[in-house]
Amino acid sequence: MSNETDANGRLDDILAGYGIERSNIIPILQAVQAEFGYLSVGSISAIAKYLRLSESVVYGVSTFYAQFKFVPVGKRLIRVCRGTACHVRGVSRVLDETSKLLGIDPGETTADLEYSLESIACFGSCALAPVMVVNENVHGKVTPDRVKKILGKD
Amino acid sequence: MGKTSDFKDIKEKAIKSYESWRQSEPVRIIVGAGTCGRAAGADAVIEALKDELERRQIKAAVTRVGCIGLCYLEPLVDVVKQGKPRVCYGNVTPDKVSSIIDGYIVGDDPQSDMLLGSIGDEAIDGVPKLFDMPVLKPQVRIATRNCGFVDPEDINQYIARGGYTGLDKALKMTQEEVIEEVSKSGLRGRGGAGAPTGWKWNLCRQSSGDKKYIICNADEGDPGAFMDRSVLESDPHTVLEGMLIGAYAMGATDGYIYCRAEYPQAIKRLNQAMVQMEEYGLLGENILGSGLNFHLKIKEGAGAFVCGEETALMMSIEGNRGMPRPRPPFPAQSGLWGYPTNINNVETWANVSAIMEKGGQWYASYGTEKSKGTKTFALAGKVNCTGLIEVPMGISLHEIVYDIGGGIPDGKKFKAVQTGGPSGGFIPANLDHLTADYESLASAGSIMGSGAMVVMDEDTCAVDMARYFLTFTQSESCGKCVPCRVGTGEMLGILEKLCADESKPEDIDRLMQLCTTVSRGSLCALGGTAPNPVLTSLRYFKDEYDAHVNEHRCPSLMCKELISFYIDPAKCKACMICARNCPSEAIKGGKKLIHVIDQDKCIRCGVCLEKCPAKFSAVIKLSGDKMDVPDEPIPVGEA
Ligand SMILES: Cc1cc2nc3c(=O)[nH]c(=O)nc-3n(C[C@H](O)[C@H](O)[C@H](O)COP(=O)(O)O)c2cc1C
Ligand code: FES
Repeated sequence: MSNETDANGRLDDILAGYGIERSNIIPILQAVQAEFGYLSVGSISAIAKYLRLSESVVYGVSTFYAQFKFVPVGKRLIRVCRGTACHVRGVSRVLDETSKLLGIDPGETTADLEYSLESIACFGSCALAPVMVVNENVHGKVTPDRVKKILGKD
Repeated sequence: MGKTSDFKDIKEKAIKSYESWRQSEPVRIIVGAGTCGRAAGADAVIEALKDELERRQIKAAVTRVGCIGLCYLEPLVDVVKQGKPRVCYGNVTPDKVSSIIDGYIVGDDPQSDMLLGSIGDEAIDGVPKLFDMPVLKPQVRIATRNCGFVDPEDINQYIARGGYTGLDKALKMTQEEVIEEVSKSGLRGRGGAGAPTGWKWNLCRQSSGDKKYIICNADEGDPGAFMDRSVLESDPHTVLEGMLIGAYAMGATDGYIYCRAEYPQAIKRLNQAMVQMEEYGLLGENILGSGLNFHLKIKEGAGAFVCGEETALMMSIEGNRGMPRPRPPFPAQSGLWGYPTNINNVETWANVSAIMEKGGQWYASYGTEKSKGTKTFALAGKVNCTGLIEVPMGISLHEIVYDIGGGIPDGKKFKAVQTGGPSGGFIPANLDHLTADYESLASAGSIMGSGAMVVMDEDTCAVDMARYFLTFTQSESCGKCVPCRVGTGEMLGILEKLCADESKPEDIDRLMQLCTTVSRGSLCALGGTAPNPVLTSLRYFKDEYDAHVNEHRCPSLMCKELISFYIDPAKCKACMICARNCPSEAIKGGKKLIHVIDQDKCIRCGVCLEKCPAKFSAVIKLSGDKMDVPDEPIPVGEA
């Protein structure tokens, strides 16, 4: 595989762990994204080839699901909950503040590839609304004042 | 493993191991470390506990458990001393850990301002019982019976507390008898629609096919719900045991758990649990020597709400875009890869294991005539005691909000509860005598749904909430059918205009028409139920819609485009705090000069209102009204 994202054959290793079955498409996409942070054009075509599917099928499936990303994400992935409980508890101001501090809108990544910002449907920590998550760390009862500290920008 | 009777040996072994674990340490400290607990800081508390114990050379074991549902009191720390009842502390922070160690571990005095109560039959003098707390007293814990009490990573604890007894019983009955028992319990699907579980199982059992599947729906897509997450994280075996019972009763050999990817801890616990099941001969070939073969796989969802719908979920497992298809054929006739398939929700499966252990009749003794048993709810929003609750069906919404939920924070007025998420509706405060069961919630235009219950206070705008839900359904619509794809977009457009002060009176009629078209014409229940939040808000809060359209006013003072902030010149003491904090530099003023908000620059974020010291309370929020204030700062005292 001569692909810029796969100098060490990591992609081939991932693929080899799965049988050539259509039902493995989502697990493979997830494993590849977990490894590289996103799905590159090269990865998609390699997955298609491996599963003996057309690239359009692989794109069709991957674009359907919100989890999959097609551009690299920042080192720190900031996810802000837009669920019902968080909405009622005023998460929109937390999101506004985060967006302002990072200078990007949800769905974007800072130019230095340091931060990505996403809004997510619900983390299931609704009792602690409003909730934001930095990589895997869940922060509850977030106020706009606390955002700076949570982002490590204070 | 040999024959079924061998379960007795497994159970004895499990009890022995559990008992020896219980007695292995003079003191055991149990920390709630589910996702909520960790978000509240449980990891730091555990670190502090371990450091402090080591520093003082105290022998004590620290165990992580799941969640007993008191999320608002997290992190929770329980202490068990040999021969004494368990004592529970709430809102524990790392710096307060040593006071618990001094007081109750080194010393013998459980009293502390963090003390919540004792757990167990015996009492300690002067310590209340935890389960007598108003938040816990009305609850009946069946699906969540072990949550917070067993170490979810140790199958022995589950078995020692009665786990897999239901399976053992089921395997000694015929398939028909098992289904009969489930039917007798009156259990209805907890995923939302409430189909009788026994009836569904029977359809699948009678369906012919050389292979059958069962699926656990752990997609929990409702944004405001966390019941399934909590059960899976805190007690995975109760769900897995339910699935084994179902596999036997319906003759299924293969199963899937479809779990949303946002729940990594639940997935981890399930994987660990399945490994332990295999070691005990509870998964794979010839389970407990009964001849039952069952293989189970976990599939991670990939972030699509519609995949919670059963036909879309199966499309997703097969590796397709998760789009629903019309039913019939029902999954029981033609499901995964065309084979008969039965799908149940996490909580449904969790109840099955309890029903088989204790009997259908026992389960049916809880609840109402048509809604038997208990229901878990994720109680959140503007309510004091947020958390996961499990209540007998038929309890009133008033009891849930006030007795269990402890009422509304900050002395605000209770406005409504929202059940069923984007598919459900609002139930206004004046109907809070309604009971939580399928029929009663439906009578008010809402649905039971999967168990999200979001409380709203007077500051929550009904129009904005309807807009919020439509934003969700519109973006999650899979796009297959026109009424849902286009209709939800049109509805959202009108609601956005309402909130942005751009609406016209005829918009409301148009919105009503769209509700009818979308609910009647959509292919699946995502579109079919999407109008519910709009319909119920129009039904109960029509005056708010009218105020938005006709008076350009948001009565809850929530919709940004309809509110303005003013500084009362008579109250302003020119302290500059609001001006310094204003993110858009919209506040003019200076030393000894009262402050004035430039309405053109103001982004209506409300920071000034929050920052103005309570003793001045000079910032005022208005909608549909203006306040007479000077254009430019004037000296304090001149207004
Ligand atoms: C849009 C949509 C989303 C759904 N999401 C879920 C879900 O997240 N979890 C769930 O158990 N059921 C969900 N359902 C209901 C399922 O289609 C199905 O009825 C249920 O899993 C059956 O299990 P039960 O009989 O145990 O309730 C959803 C339905 C629709 C229409
Ligand atoms: S609504 Fe935000 S975590 Fe659930």
